[in-house]
Amino acid sequence: MHALIGTLINGIALGMAYALIAVGYSMVFGILRLINFAHGAMYAFGAYMVYFFVSLKLGLLPAIMLSILMSGILALLIDKVALEPLRKKKSIPIATLITTVGMSFIIQNFLSIEYIFTSEKKGFPSLNLFGSFTVGNVTIQSSQLIMFVVALILLAILTLLVNKTKIGLAMRATEQNVKAANLMGINVNFIISFTFFLGGATAAIAGALISGYYQVISPTMGSLIGLKAFSAAVVGGIGILYGSVVGGLVVGVAECLAAQYLGSNVRDPMAFVILIIILIIKPTGLFGKKGISKV
Amino acid sequence: MLKIDNLNVFYGPIHALKGISLEVNEGEIVTLIGSNGAGKSTTLSAITGLVKASSGTITFNGKNITNLPPYKIVKMGISLSPEGREVFPALTVEENLTLGAYTRNNHNDIREIFERVYNLFPRLRERIKQAAGTLSGGEQQMLAIGRALMSKPKLLLLDEPSMGLAPNLVLLIFDLIESISKQGTTILLIEQNANMALSIADRAYVLETGRIAFSGDAASLADDPRIRKAYLGG
Ligand SMILES: Nc1ncnc2c1ncn2[C@@H]1O[C@H](COP(=O)(O)OP(=O)(O)O)[C@@H](O)[C@H]1O
Ligand SMILES: [Mg+2]
Repeated sequence: MHALIGTLINGIALGMAYALIAVGYSMVFGILRLINFAHGAMYAFGAYMVYFFVSLKLGLLPAIMLSILMSGILALLIDKVALEPLRKKKSIPIATLITTVGMSFIIQNFLSIEYIFTSEKKGFPSLNLFGSFTVGNVTIQSSQLIMFVVALILLAILTLLVNKTKIGLAMRATEQNVKAANLMGINVNFIISFTFFLGGATAAIAGALISGYYQVISPTMGSLIGLKAFSAAVVGGIGILYGSVVGGLVVGVAECLAAQYLGSNVRDPMAFVILIIILIIKPTGLFGKKGISKV
Repeated sequence: MLKIDNLNVFYGPIHALKGISLEVNEGEIVTLIGSNGAGKSTTLSAITGLVKASSGTITFNGKNITNLPPYKIVKMGISLSPEGREVFPALTVEENLTLGAYTRNNHNDIREIFERVYNLFPRLRERIKQAAGTLSGGEQQMLAIGRALMSKPKLLLLDEPSMGLAPNLVLLIFDLIESISKQGTTILLIEQNANMALSIADRAYVLETGRIAFSGDAASLADDPRIRKAYLGG
């Protein structure tokens, strides 16, 4: 019984971090109807920036802050340099899509550059800052708790931002009708940049949390987790923030249960098994609405 | 107030506006009439910066606003209630109106405009928390006009506000346009319903396939036999 509870706790902690990555896919999709395949690489970039600044002896928290800022700016720049020109030319959606795939490989390659990072795996500072503690006969790592709490707070802040602030209202308006948003006096390009910044920043935080949990990073670490989080976003109904949170939790818990009871090699496919099952039952995802198309 | 000089707009190979010039003076209701596809909506899109002019100039209160981004043009005091309403369907009536006041920052100011819009459209006040997508066509039209008023525009552009409405609602909308004008907002009105438009307008322009074919004061255009024949049903 306590093995089951331990597995659930592990799954929930991991699932919240997945949710943090999933909302990045969801926010960008909401505004541009675009799957940003560079998002997984942004997650890896975020983790590497933390590693880099820690190696400069800046301390973990300042390193994380700097990484958040840099990842947000990188995401914004990717949009400005590569995606916005395509939108201006009204190019076909698939062109934008393949551009984000290309960007993800460029970032991955940058992270394996010789002399700075190399393609080797690296140790990452542990997030288990306060050891572990036992409740009843279940042991909880402080890294699990930190991952859960930080992700929860951030997701709450994001939800408030989108639903209760002026810029959030502008984001929702842009999502629904770009032309009308323009007519309201909203600087739509700014809203898009802001959304990319948020996506990059949250990916970096997720990168720091999950890397601090597993204590290892590698240049390709973002590709599988990125796809899992993307599945989580689609499972919840892409474009819908709380859908991404539920999707993240479902994926996190399912893969921990699978690893515990079916064997560790069943862990990674779980996200996709769930994705396929959910989409067959409800093609728009758990909370998705009809009528969202485009790529 | 608004002056358009020799404006040309293309959609790819389609030459939608072929050198049109027109003027709107402060306090006027000016109407732009013409059949489907004549270029009326394109004219408003060019004024608001939604489409680019390939040549020609648009000046507003002496400032050249040609090809400025839309958000800057809204800030300068021009606001459009677009063809087909284009409300934000999943947002509430209140949120739609709040977005209309996006360029305003003073809270008292915004509250005052809300009051003014709710007084003009009491229906909207009753539906504050309702999603705009669930409103009737007439209510959505009121919302679109109300939302355009929220930025306190000096110049209000209305694109076919009577489209698809029942006759009694058309009368109501035209009454409201007259009261908005009396409250001091200058109006450029596009209409298919040329009879009604000419009856409330000071001056009018008639657009035919991208060119201004006639212009003059509204009353004399309404009497012009050529215009009666082509646009007013004989
Ligand atoms: N987005 C667009 N792309 C291509 N052609 C367009 C577009 N919008 C309008 N047009 C064309 O431009 C011309 C003028 O259209 P429009 O300004 O909408 O006319 P009106 O409002 O008078 O009915 C028409 O020939 C129309 O087909
Ligand atoms: Mg039109």
